[in-house]
Amino acid sequence: MSNPNKYRLRRTMMFLNCQKPGLIKDPYVYKPDSIMLDLEDAVAEREKDAARYSLYHALKEIDYRGVERVVRINGLDTDLWREDIRCAVAGGCDSIRIPKTETADDVRTVEYAIAEAEREFRRPEGSVLIMAALESARGVINAMSICDSSERLFGIALSGGDYSKDLQVSISGTGVEFMGARQHMIIAARAAKVQCFDTVWTNLDDMEGFRKEVETIHAMGFDGKSIVNPRQIPIVHKIYTPKEKEIIFAEKVIKEIDEKKAQGIGVFTVDGKMIDIAFYDGAKRTIALAKASGVYKGDL
Amino acid sequence: MKILKSAVAGTLESSDCMVTVEPGSNGIEFDLESAVIRQYGKQIRKVTLETLGRLGVRNAKVHMVDKGALDCTIKARVECACMRASEHEGRINWGGVIR
Amino acid sequence: MINAVGREIPDEILEITGKEPFQGNYYRDDVPMTKIGPTIRPVMNNQKSKLVANIREALIKCEAHDGMTVSFHHHFRDGDLIVNMVMKEIHDMGLKDITICATSLGKAHAPLVPMIEDGTITGIESSGVRGAIGEAISQGKLKKLAIMRSHGGRVRALTTGESHVDIAFIGAPTSDDYGNLRGIGGKADCGVLSYAIVDGNHADYCVAITDCLVPYPNFPAHIAQTKVDYVCVVDEIGIPSKIASGAAKPTTDQRKLLMAQYCTDVVVNTPWFKEGFSYQTGVGGASIASTQYLAEIMRERNIHMGFGVGGLTKAMCQLLDDGMARVLLDVQDFDLDAVKNLKNVNHHRIPAGVYANPLNKGAVVNKLDYVVLASLEVDVHFNCNVVVGSDGMITGAQGGHPDTAQGAKCAIVICPLMQGRIPAICTDVTTVTTPGESIDVVVTDYGVAVNPARPDILEALKAADCVPLKTIEELRDIAYSIVGKPEKVEFEDRVVGIIEARDGTIIDVVRQIKEI
Repeated sequence: MSNPNKYRLRRTMMFLNCQKPGLIKDPYVYKPDSIMLDLEDAVAEREKDAARYSLYHALKEIDYRGVERVVRINGLDTDLWREDIRCAVAGGCDSIRIPKTETADDVRTVEYAIAEAEREFRRPEGSVLIMAALESARGVINAMSICDSSERLFGIALSGGDYSKDLQVSISGTGVEFMGARQHMIIAARAAKVQCFDTVWTNLDDMEGFRKEVETIHAMGFDGKSIVNPRQIPIVHKIYTPKEKEIIFAEKVIKEIDEKKAQGIGVFTVDGKMIDIAFYDGAKRTIALAKASGVYKGDL
Repeated sequence: MKILKSAVAGTLESSDCMVTVEPGSNGIEFDLESAVIRQYGKQIRKVTLETLGRLGVRNAKVHMVDKGALDCTIKARVECACMRASEHEGRINWGGVIR
Repeated sequence: MINAVGREIPDEILEITGKEPFQGNYYRDDVPMTKIGPTIRPVMNNQKSKLVANIREALIKCEAHDGMTVSFHHHFRDGDLIVNMVMKEIHDMGLKDITICATSLGKAHAPLVPMIEDGTITGIESSGVRGAIGEAISQGKLKKLAIMRSHGGRVRALTTGESHVDIAFIGAPTSDDYGNLRGIGGKADCGVLSYAIVDGNHADYCVAITDCLVPYPNFPAHIAQTKVDYVCVVDEIGIPSKIASGAAKPTTDQRKLLMAQYCTDVVVNTPWFKEGFSYQTGVGGASIASTQYLAEIMRERNIHMGFGVGGLTKAMCQLLDDGMARVLLDVQDFDLDAVKNLKNVNHHRIPAGVYANPLNKGAVVNKLDYVVLASLEVDVHFNCNVVVGSDGMITGAQGGHPDTAQGAKCAIVICPLMQGRIPAICTDVTTVTTPGESIDVVVTDYGVAVNPARPDILEALKAADCVPLKTIEELRDIAYSIVGKPEKVEFEDRVVGIIEARDGTIIDVVRQIKEI
């Protein structure tokens, strides 16, 4: 069971309230990599049913033009999440985001319900991926086992609002309160070979603070960031655009390794220096980022 | 599906519509207010009646105030109002009556 | 008769108006014509005072009569009090069958609707009408044909005598007792009187209305004492906060910012963007944002604007103050920053005729490289509609749209693909107000379309690979695939208004809306 979308680019994952038709009708014009159609926190308790009908028809009828459609379901501590999954899977979503994930069992519980829905609605087994949001100290500490919990799981995301409450701190804007969680999560994600996403930045009046935070998490190795406003998208994408030097190097690495492998040679050199096969995946990712950023015009 | 009580779904925000469903005895009595009635009135009526048909609603008063909603939103709001008005609970027939 | 943009202009309308159907942008180029002057009463007696006690006295002294035409300017925008003040007096005098020849009419003028209904007002000539008056005209309440003409077109109509103004009422922020008028100062500071200058030149009588009488001489005068018959002092001519209503915070709407970015990319990647280029833009969020993006690139590449024109805003004035623009030419001020900026010696007032009259010896718009415009609808022939809503109701104004679009080397229209459910890019606009031959580039949130008549622009943008290029048909198809193809709006047969092209030919007609 290998889903080709598991490792797609996810620099920007934009939250959208399923209950707002004006928001979900054409968010793709802003070119996020993923949208996260929210049934959880953004939707008022008495509109939970309404949000599902909106979600189902949006998934069925709106052409999101290749943008990944993640659905954030309600928490496992509610009586809503099972129907949320049926609705999302029936509608044709790409992925499910589990809120407040604390343990690997949480993921497996959701995975079971998804598999059931895939059968009910005749979707190929494994077509729906999972991401887990870690929103508590326990969840963050369990990052490693959560990352290893399911073949469907493509990544974990820090959810800073609830996490900071659990940690008994307030969000400072400096990121100091998230240092440990971020470092721990990115290491766990890399160890498990899944992706890692940073929390939202909600102060839209401080775009400079946002930019700095994105630079930090980019440097830390995060694959992307959760977004609450389309204005944040070009900022993230710019920071995630590879430098020309990196692109040229990546291109050489890929060409050298492909060529030598085809000739059965196992020693690779770029610009006169020996390189390792381990460079290959990183180079591929650089080229993919460059393409998505619109700066790569080559033939790879 | 039987409309047991009056129920509302949707909002008056742009791109949304607000649907009110009430019990009726005279078939479907549909009443539409829309800023785009001259360009999309027929389409909105068609989608609404088809949706009611799929839900098996035979008798109801349906009032819609449309703010430029797309068809997918119109369906969602009509369905939601009817489900609420019929006091539906439990699993929803996604891909069946809801489609 | 079918005109050059494919619109049917009924023969009876051509007959009633004595006008020709639109024949293309350059139909009257180089064609000899004669200007018409007003009939005036010279003031030789140095004992005569021009001050009158009230509007009523001015009306009587100016021989107000049934069937006359009165004119107004719109520099006070939504804060205008003059039109309602004068029309109330005319109404109270029991005068009938009045034609209003305004530079524009807006939301502030809803009180005119009952006067349309009772026959006080039977004719309206304007660059457009918003709000309740537009609805009244669309519903067929106005007895005569409404005439919609651009700012340049209005100057043309007054200079050729197509329209004759009996009494012009000019709201003036400051005036002296002998009728030297200035647009600046006073309580209702609007900066300029550009649109009213032609009225001073061509109306038989000219009444200045002010709420700030200043000592003689009020110089330099924007409209001189030689044009003004009477001066009337009233309590209030305008509501300041609504005059400068264009002073909006910079937009944070990413969709507008996206379109602004595309627009700037178009400008900087076409051949006219070089030292000394000229530029006009509007007051919308996307236009202002695009001016700011443009300023960044001008600084980066050390390119200066030769001149900027228009209805001006803070963003344009900033370019002048920063030394990034050499000269601004001003016909209207949308915000207080623009009014204040008139102190800059390189910020010049120009009359509407100099700005845009097509039938003079060359207007400023002819020297424009770029103009950035908006539109309610654009069709696959690049025709624009800025007057009639997609629901068939009159709701907007031509303003300088047709003038600048024709004049500029590169006319760019910014327009979101859809407004709610209404597709802005469509097969045929509801009403043609600017011909497609004037429009070169259409910028939407879904991509940019270039008029096939401009292969030079298309080549430049392709080479730069800077914006998502689409054909206009592709944009229309995307819109229809999302919102569905709209039904054709139904109209009655009766024509309620005509849309004049710049040169006075008829580019389209507006019919009465069908009741539903």
